[in-house]
Amino acid sequence: MALHRGRGFASINYPIGMNLGGDPSQALVHSNPGGKFMVALSSIDLGQGMKSVTRQIAAETLGVPVEDVYVDTADSDTGPHCMGSFASRGTHRVGNAVIQAALEARSVMLEAAAEELEVDPADLVTDGKGNIHVKGAPSKSITTAEACGAAQFKQGRTVSGRGIFLIPLSEVDPETGEMTPVSCFAHAALIVDVDVDDETGEIDVVQMNSAYELGRALNPRLVEQQLIGGAWMGMSHAAWETTEPYYPERSHGPLDFNEYLMPGPGDIAPHDIAILERPAPDGPFGGKGPGEMCANPVLPAMVNAVFNAVGVRIDELPITPEKILRGIRANGGARPPARRN
Amino acid sequence: MAKKPVRFHLNGSEKAVFVEDGQNLLDMLRRGIGDLTPKYGCGQGTCGTCTVLIDGEPHLSCLTLAETVEGRQLTTTAGLASGNRLHALQAAFMEGFAAQCGYCTPGMLMAAKALLDRNPNPSRQEVVEAISGNICRCTGYEPIINAILEAAKSGDARHYG
Repeated sequence: MALHRGRGFASINYPIGMNLGGDPSQALVHSNPGGKFMVALSSIDLGQGMKSVTRQIAAETLGVPVEDVYVDTADSDTGPHCMGSFASRGTHRVGNAVIQAALEARSVMLEAAAEELEVDPADLVTDGKGNIHVKGAPSKSITTAEACGAAQFKQGRTVSGRGIFLIPLSEVDPETGEMTPVSCFAHAALIVDVDVDDETGEIDVVQMNSAYELGRALNPRLVEQQLIGGAWMGMSHAAWETTEPYYPERSHGPLDFNEYLMPGPGDIAPHDIAILERPAPDGPFGGKGPGEMCANPVLPAMVNAVFNAVGVRIDELPITPEKILRGIRANGGARPPARRN
Repeated sequence: MAKKPVRFHLNGSEKAVFVEDGQNLLDMLRRGIGDLTPKYGCGQGTCGTCTVLIDGEPHLSCLTLAETVEGRQLTTTAGLASGNRLHALQAAFMEGFAAQCGYCTPGMLMAAKALLDRNPNPSRQEVVEAISGNICRCTGYEPIINAILEAAKSGDARHYG
């Protein structure tokens, strides 16, 4: 019995969102008379941080503190239309819609403030702390709450805005077959080190190292957390999870968490992540979206690492101990490929 | 169906409720008392999100008969904070981004509290073992392990909650 160390590499070029008939998302923003803002969305926060990121985007665009923004999601009866939280599209599509809606609401808020201060709205700026003042003259000032209250009770304005971001349907050119299904790509590279036991066929993931290019990381801690969690999911897809272990034969399919395998807290590996920021021209504040790509490169990298360790090329996931042992037997033993130095 | 009176302490307050034959503790807490902090995940004791403390020990409330808590001291996540002051574990989970969708979080917090109450300075391996009955689908466990170690380091995990 021996443990064989192997290293696998994979890189990914990941499209943000999809375009099957056009890909829109909407946002509606309004203030209450106390100057707090509501962002209404139908987009869903699955735990990836949609509410936090859209809240930041709205606050930044409106020019108000993030504490003054509330994001209401996930009631498609009352919220404006959204295609959904999938295809890593949330930050990019919904974020852009929120910017448009927040810009419109901001312009009304500044008009209301201008009327109260008897100045031109074009001369007004926000300080991000709840104040609006004349550029270069901070003493000529009104709070965002006072401006929104005046709009409501004195001026008869709604401080509100509508936003939509649409990637229109891209037709296929009949001559060339060319089309533009996506406008924005994110990129990553990941290296995984594994130990493969040639007696039991078990894999121990030892270390992961990755670099992700995600446009601007709008909330760096959330991004890092999403990448760590996503890599676990990728690891789990690669070597643990399946509903059909002997597909198309239905036998031995798991029926509950006793049988459906996933790596537990004792199976995880240290993961060092480098986040590279190259703001996307059409992204909200340059953001793209980590989404699904945080899991994707782990799968091919682990398959490559197993090949590098014992010379067994797995072509059907998950990489079970049984497949590794059958592969080792077929090769007449663990036969790692010759290493290039 | 016969109903039986059960008295116990929940997060320090005395409670008395009628439970049905065969009713499990999770159902009694959520439906009978209205404490929604323990979550229903799998209903068969494999996911851990329904974990509550009975006399300080972690138990899977979905597998515990409600009538067996007569006279016992129960703690749920609702009892962790004192007033608006968060328990050290809650603060560490928040600071360390140890929740994504949040569904496993109450069970993780209770498993972690049971650990820190009996072992205020656990090793990483002891933390891993303490939460090994709790499934998390989002975080990859790393931030949860780190948050529990941080809470232990802050040293006041035992002072309140």
